[in-house]
Amino acid sequence: MMRGTHDIKQKIRKYWGVFTALLILTVVTVGISYLKFGLAAAIIAALTIALIKGSLIACFFMHLISERKLVYVILGFVVFFFLSMMLLIYASYFSLPGGATYVS
Amino acid sequence: MELMPYIVEERKDTGLYNAKLGIWLFLSSEVMLFGALFSSYVLLRTGAAHWPQGSSILNVPMGAFNTVVLIASSVSMVFAWAALKENKFGKFKFNLGITILLALTFLVVKSFEYGAKFEHHMYPKTNTFLAIYFTLTALHALHVIGGIIVNSYFWGPGSKMWQTDPQRFTNRIEIAGIYWHFVDLVWIFLFPVLYLL
Repeated sequence: MMRGTHDIKQKIRKYWGVFTALLILTVVTVGISYLKFGLAAAIIAALTIALIKGSLIACFFMHLISERKLVYVILGFVVFFFLSMMLLIYASYFSLPGGATYVS
Repeated sequence: MELMPYIVEERKDTGLYNAKLGIWLFLSSEVMLFGALFSSYVLLRTGAAHWPQGSSILNVPMGAFNTVVLIASSVSMVFAWAALKENKFGKFKFNLGITILLALTFLVVKSFEYGAKFEHHMYPKTNTFLAIYFTLTALHALHVIGGIIVNSYFWGPGSKMWQTDPQRFTNRIEIAGIYWHFVDLVWIFLFPVLYLL
């Protein structure tokens, strides 16, 4: 019981750390958007920060860092199908008949 | 007699209790739902002759404020679960209450944003950018509303389970929390993609 309470107190300290990191990264995301990079650099910077923030939430708040193997297997399938879907949808952009566009 | 096994204890083969396996399978389908819309956004954007920068149409300070609100709600949600682990029911009620209030704050801010757009006659039919903006953010807002309903139930009538089956109730809060953090995670990607790029 004592050990359990101690573990939770350690976790709570970690949650505060993650909260601080998420706030700092949010400020950085907005700050970077005001710097006039090219579009490609802006996209890479914004999505990299979003990926770091998302990983922090998934690992610590959703407890993925200490989850069972089956959850990782499920997420492996999710990543595979998610990337396949993105690629297939985007691939349709290159298979349009000549002169046709998606957006007028 | 127990009606359904593994609602509290973990199955030996999966290492998970039923609800934990269920929420991860549900979230997998959610990733595909939002993923399909994200890839539609990419396709529409790359196929457009002109695409406006989000910050020229949307209110970045409001979007940033809402990001902080959702992050704070995720923290209070995980604190609510931690409070149950410490057997502090009052602390749980306080933290889950904060989570619900922050979620409502998010929706109020979002409604102001929508209202400002409608006042300027900017609707989903106006252009492709606004169409995908309203689709993605409205779908996300529906998920926020779903989270509020579930969390409100656990804050109110559903919390009676703490007296009869505390372990099962703690598991329920963990599951509600995993869903809520996913809703936060989606917004973490929506904010830069729609508002800043």
